[in-house]
Amino acid sequence: MATALTRKDFVTDQEVRWCPGCGDYAILAQVQKQMPEFGIAPENTVFISGIGCSSRFPYYMNTYGFHTIHGRAPAIATGLKVSRPDLDVWVVTGDGDGLSIGGNHLIHCLRRNVDLKILLFNNKIYGLTKGQYSPTSEIGKVTKSTPMGSVDFPFNPITVALGAHATFVARSVDVEQKHLGVTLKRAHDHRGASFVEILQNCNIFNDGAFNDVSDKAIKSEHQLILEHGKPLVFGKNRDKGIRMNGMRPEVVAVGTDGKDLESIVVHDETNLALAFMLGNFEPPMPVPLGVFYATSRPTYDGAMNKQVIDSMAKGKGDPQKLLNGGDTWTVN
Amino acid sequence: MAVPPEVAGQASESSGNGGGANAHKPLTPRESVVIRFAGDSGDGMQLVGMQFTSESALAGNDIATVPDFPAEIRAPAGTLAGVSSFQLNFSSSEIFTAGDEPNVLVAMNPAALRANLEDLPANAVLIIDKEAFTEANLKRAGYTSNPLTDHSLDKYQIFEVDVTRLTSLALQGSGLSNRDSFRCRNMFVLGMLSWLYQRPIETTVRYIESRFKKNQAILDANLKALKAGWNYGETTEMFASSYTVPKAEISAGFYRNITGNSATAMGFVVAANRAGRPLFLGSYTITPASDILHELAGYKNYNVYTFQAEDEIAGVCSSIGAAFGGAIAITSTSGPGMNLKAEAVGLAVKTELPIVICDVQRAGPSTGMPTKPEQTDLLQSMYGRHGESPVPIIAAMTPGDCFMAAYEAIRIAVKYMTPVILLTDGQLANGAEPWLVPDVSKLPEIKVEFAQQVEGQEFQPYSRDEETLSRPWAIPGTPGLQHRVGGITGEHLTGNISYSPSNHELMIRMRARKIAGITREIPPIEIFGDADGGDIVMLGWGSTFGPIREAVKQSRAKGKKVSHIHLRYLNPLPADLADKLRSFKKVLVAEMNMGQLLKMVRADYLIPAVGINKIQGRPFKVAELVTRISRALEEK
Repeated sequence: MATALTRKDFVTDQEVRWCPGCGDYAILAQVQKQMPEFGIAPENTVFISGIGCSSRFPYYMNTYGFHTIHGRAPAIATGLKVSRPDLDVWVVTGDGDGLSIGGNHLIHCLRRNVDLKILLFNNKIYGLTKGQYSPTSEIGKVTKSTPMGSVDFPFNPITVALGAHATFVARSVDVEQKHLGVTLKRAHDHRGASFVEILQNCNIFNDGAFNDVSDKAIKSEHQLILEHGKPLVFGKNRDKGIRMNGMRPEVVAVGTDGKDLESIVVHDETNLALAFMLGNFEPPMPVPLGVFYATSRPTYDGAMNKQVIDSMAKGKGDPQKLLNGGDTWTVN
Repeated sequence: MAVPPEVAGQASESSGNGGGANAHKPLTPRESVVIRFAGDSGDGMQLVGMQFTSESALAGNDIATVPDFPAEIRAPAGTLAGVSSFQLNFSSSEIFTAGDEPNVLVAMNPAALRANLEDLPANAVLIIDKEAFTEANLKRAGYTSNPLTDHSLDKYQIFEVDVTRLTSLALQGSGLSNRDSFRCRNMFVLGMLSWLYQRPIETTVRYIESRFKKNQAILDANLKALKAGWNYGETTEMFASSYTVPKAEISAGFYRNITGNSATAMGFVVAANRAGRPLFLGSYTITPASDILHELAGYKNYNVYTFQAEDEIAGVCSSIGAAFGGAIAITSTSGPGMNLKAEAVGLAVKTELPIVICDVQRAGPSTGMPTKPEQTDLLQSMYGRHGESPVPIIAAMTPGDCFMAAYEAIRIAVKYMTPVILLTDGQLANGAEPWLVPDVSKLPEIKVEFAQQVEGQEFQPYSRDEETLSRPWAIPGTPGLQHRVGGITGEHLTGNISYSPSNHELMIRMRARKIAGITREIPPIEIFGDADGGDIVMLGWGSTFGPIREAVKQSRAKGKKVSHIHLRYLNPLPADLADKLRSFKKVLVAEMNMGQLLKMVRADYLIPAVGINKIQGRPFKVAELVTRISRALEEK
């Protein structure tokens, strides 16, 4: 870069219109902070969103932006990335946008491994339509549309992404700014579809949904920070670890009762089975944060462009020749 | 049995011995012939039809075809549901349709006979594979007695040929299995018919050589069967004469045979090439549009990207994304897919991004009859969206015309920064005709100019061109032009989110004016018939061109003051349409629907137009329209 980019290069003059106290502010701040680090000029960066609170995101980024229609951002982004592989394309979506109305596009985009950075803000509620349960809301959730409690079994975004064979699957938290920053950087550096679930607090309709991992007083007892090659230990004193009891994971004390670190599972980002296991952690197991899974696979856009480039290299098509082909004859 | 098939075509004045390569038997000239090849969907009748078409084009005839095949890939063999047919009209004079009814029916089995018999006029020629009329096949077709022996076919001229046995005899010693030999029956039939109508078979020989180049045994067998069929016609006493259909008077030039879907695909490729941009197709497979995807997938060396999306919505959405990035972006579909795409088309209307949505219409609603044509998506194209969202609509008239219609759709989309709907239908898509190949360098210009940063000026994504009212196309990657677009109502000029009531109305009226202004692109209406008005004008659009033109021509030949106006631009309608229609005493609108253009014309112009409507998944017959014209004249 001729001149170093700064946060200001990525900030628009638009008034940010999320509810005061919304977790989206923290995510926006961190993304704007990280963008200059990536070294991609604002004009070569595109943010594409669907519909929902999170989908207002592009208006606040001084990049190219497209606020599209409900659930379709991955499809629109795919068309853009395939035809313009030179661009850095981000998708911002939510639990309703990405996993309900747009679930189909999301899984197909992930399995194709289109080189898109997908941020799914999961607040486990429909915020923009004012508080109905979402596909990630827990069973029994009492909302405007479920006065007796929801009877829907929820999706788990991480295992949905893993099930679609996404090549990069991670989770972070809105208020964990440092962790979020590192995770965004990892997502950006990955070539292929990067899927990041960001646990995001909706302080109006679902306040405290992620308290166990965001409340300073208790979070260290619940956060399991995933680091490749490191043992899965957590707790304020890093005195708990994940051990395999046969095929089942369990939480055990580390160090104090004589169980040494050797029996603790070491995180391996390239192990899909381990990623699934961690993705399925539910209380009383801790909440894993970080990169569950990262692998390398050819990207859809790369492979498609290779076919076009290879074909053109063999001889660029001449339109007149195209028309002159087939069964032809001349009438004099 | 050796009775010459005297009505195998419309007899022309002269007759005589053509001699030449086929001096053994007399040659009888015919002005035109309509043949229908019918068989089981595995019998290769579409292939025979297409090859016979190529041969006829080479013979210099004017041709028109209509294929008719079942939606089922392989319905149970021998059943009515599995019958596939291909009708070809080849003529020594100008023709506009594949013919109302066949003069010759080739039926490969009882089901093919039964499914097509009602279309056959008395005295028509029936060529039948006798051996296929087994008890089991008769039963499958629903016959309780054998029509070959029960005299139910007495009013036709029947030629019973042992196609299956003769084919396997010809292939004896080739080492082919019975099954593979059986599959060559269609080439025997093609050879026999090629002899009967003196078609040059070189083009078919070349086709076989290229199609089976990886399997010499199959290649040899097909060639053998083809030639055996030809020789059978020439040497057997089955046919007393062969027939010739002299060359038609066709404008000089370089021709090719082309189907509508092929022409559509090529129109898109050439338009994108002319614009100097990549072509991006986002599409989900749907009958009868899938061939556009197939064809474009083979044109990667023309800088063509094809994305087979997960669904119809992703098809159109990916094309919107590609358009945002500066590609010439299109999506192809048929009626049900149009519904699914509607919301996204609204987004393209609001964001003013150029895409073309090609709807190859089929009989609906719902699954309807997927392989049969209809014109029932016009009002959907006009009004089938939320909000006020006008979209230009262009319709193709003939298979070859799909090329220019597709080209024009892209030209308009790019020039006016708007989604454009291109309407074709199943009949155009699969029908073929000789096409005068255009000179690419003489096609209208398609100019793409992306916005660039101007020093000291703030970029306004919703500023407008004074003449066209189109907004600038500012693509990602352009420094200084970063901006956001989206579905929320945007402010005039800046595009920033705005809930101002007056701004909302301003933007709606602005886009409506922009689309209405496209009338400046529409050439003056050409009236076929009486330019200054007359008793009746037949108004049509799309694939009804052929039957309407032929019916008007025939009526005029009888001295009737009937004219024809055929529309390519359906939104906006041509500026001079109302006045032209008013110069006629009666306006008849013929459509393969319940009266959709009819409603538009009546609503827009308050003209008491009358509809002629057919919703059978089949084109109008010329005779039907001629009758309706006569009746309308009597009613005055």
